[in-house]
Amino acid sequence: MPRRTDTRLDQNAITIRATHGWNSLNLKDLWQYRELLYFMIWRDIKVRYKQAFLGIAWAVLLPVVNIVVFTFVFGNLLGQNKTVPNYPLLSAVGLLPWGLFAGALQRCSHSLVGNTNLITKVYFPRLIIPVSSVMSGLVDFGISFLVVLVLMLYSRIPLGWNMLWLLPLTLLVVLTSLAVGLWLSALNVQYRDIQHIVPVLITTWMYASPVAYSADLVTGRILRIVYGLNPMAGVIQGFRWAVMGGNPPGELFIVSIIMVVLLFVSGLYYFRRMERTFADTI
Amino acid sequence: MKTIIRVDHVSKRYRIGLVRQRYQTLSGKITEALKAPLQSIRRAQEPKTDAEDTIWALRDISFDVPEGQVLGIIGRNGAGKSTLLKVLARITEPTEGTITIQGRVGSLLEVGTGFHPELTGRENIYLNGAILGMKRREIESKFDEIIEFSEIEKFIDTPVKRYSSGMYLRLAFAVAAHLEPEILVVDEVLAVGDAEFQKKCLGKMSAVAQQGRTVLFVSHNMSAILRLTQESIVLQKGRLALRAPSAEAVDYYLSAGNPKAGERTWESDEVPASAAPFRPVALRLRDSRHKIVDTVRSTEAFIVELEYCLEAPVTGLRVGLYLNTSRAESVFTSFDTDDPGLFEEHTSRPAGCYLSQCTVPADTLNAGRYALGLNASSFQIRRYFEDEEALNFNVDATGAPGTHWPEQRSGVVRPRLQWKIASLK
Repeated sequence: MPRRTDTRLDQNAITIRATHGWNSLNLKDLWQYRELLYFMIWRDIKVRYKQAFLGIAWAVLLPVVNIVVFTFVFGNLLGQNKTVPNYPLLSAVGLLPWGLFAGALQRCSHSLVGNTNLITKVYFPRLIIPVSSVMSGLVDFGISFLVVLVLMLYSRIPLGWNMLWLLPLTLLVVLTSLAVGLWLSALNVQYRDIQHIVPVLITTWMYASPVAYSADLVTGRILRIVYGLNPMAGVIQGFRWAVMGGNPPGELFIVSIIMVVLLFVSGLYYFRRMERTFADTI
Repeated sequence: MKTIIRVDHVSKRYRIGLVRQRYQTLSGKITEALKAPLQSIRRAQEPKTDAEDTIWALRDISFDVPEGQVLGIIGRNGAGKSTLLKVLARITEPTEGTITIQGRVGSLLEVGTGFHPELTGRENIYLNGAILGMKRREIESKFDEIIEFSEIEKFIDTPVKRYSSGMYLRLAFAVAAHLEPEILVVDEVLAVGDAEFQKKCLGKMSAVAQQGRTVLFVSHNMSAILRLTQESIVLQKGRLALRAPSAEAVDYYLSAGNPKAGERTWESDEVPASAAPFRPVALRLRDSRHKIVDTVRSTEAFIVELEYCLEAPVTGLRVGLYLNTSRAESVFTSFDTDDPGLFEEHTSRPAGCYLSQCTVPADTLNAGRYALGLNASSFQIRRYFEDEEALNFNVDATGAPGTHWPEQRSGVVRPRLQWKIASLK
């Protein structure tokens, strides 16, 4: 074992003291642990489909079943098929970002509590846990996207340049999931009520978002701005516009982005503030 | 010599509410706020002055550790040893004070942390390594070594949930042992596993120390402290009571400096109301010279005494002991009125305070760590009080049968049996 030189040691010096406010953001630390983030995402994905008979096929099956059910209930029974030119695709494109968001919320809210043994025994930036639980949904998202592509080809909808917008839009979904997820995961450490609230929250949120219907149904400038307070409203509308054309999201989108930023910054702040007591409270 | 750890006036405060009930529920918080609106507002405004709700697990601790030292940390349960380690490992933040650490802190108490049962041995090595702070390149370069050390090559691609507990522990230990941190923390109190595994931990520790790295060693085993450390600190109720050469520190801890070792006392607020009229006062362990000790010799008899008070007369009372190993295996259970004659004599005990004493004969227990539990009940009528782990103590086997062979003897008891050897023709 070669002796390390003193300068090397000085560089590695760690100072431990009570942190206050934004000082605790510590991005450098987060960067140093980036490999752990990668391993945690990899673990989440790997474990999700291990010992499942159908394995990764679930990632195809779930969106397909959802699309079929939505098309039957909302399309046929509630008559959306008559007013919307291509309801199966409309619901598929709505379900695409929604699935990412809902799955992320579910995993994220439980993520810290589910990793109690890590938190009480080892140091690493705690942010890695919720971030990885959100990011691990991206594989399912990619597979759902293939389903949408198949539907597009089937409906003979051309692939346009507009679809490039899907990249920043997906980033926005991830950011939205993380914003809400940070709040829920940190709150769940202190109040286990959260795990009962989350399923209700997700269901309610879905109906408050244009997943099963088009956001064009919401009319009137004021109403649309209020509607945009739900960040998923603007995002889903953006997805539809990028894939199917039609009305660009406009003011709905701007309100949504402002909401996401507010939620994200406050969520990050709350998470960081609570982080120092996680090991004591969990 | 270079200072590798500097602990500067470190304090850690816990809110008792957090300690006692861990997490809260929203409804609990709301009803609490409704019940005492003024109180909760006051608390919100001046959280720091509310001294009753908080305890100081660490209070104004300062010490330095020079590079390459093996420092012992001793103190009875609740003295703050584990909290100190948690603060050093950055698991929880200090409330006050600063710690400067030059390098990476690794600990053998994290063995197996983050192992996922569904993942294979190979996958878990990578995951666990990353959790412990190793870079991927580092893990890759040590991969073969880790597998060899763990002796599980054949099962490396089997999910670890199919491993035996021994295989699991070997693999987990192999990863932790190859972390090579600048500072190694060993908490023997929390160390799990069998005697052989613990021996492996200690072996690893001496190896690390010989390489000139720094080790913090927490133990209740005074002979291990004396054997492995040059210097120790003694913690007492969260404060640093003494830093001295280990022999002196151990003496201090065992005798005047720490009369609490070998004794468990109950304050009246520690006893649940449901125990009335029984009230435990103290549980003590004395050696054959009637000195209160926390380590007894296997070759000498020792005395266990229970002091308790009855607030009202009790009929049919039996007060007794559980003796368990540190792995919670029962060694024996014994009550003060096991003897029919004594039971007859003390069938009804008037109110007042009592002392029940018993002697455990010499050559009973093997070396190791044991827990004494307390039970007070009236048979088939009521159990007044029970504390299954009231007092921990150690048994030292020096001089016991067979100790001229320096090996670990399995078994809980270490009786001095009468052997005869005859030659047969």
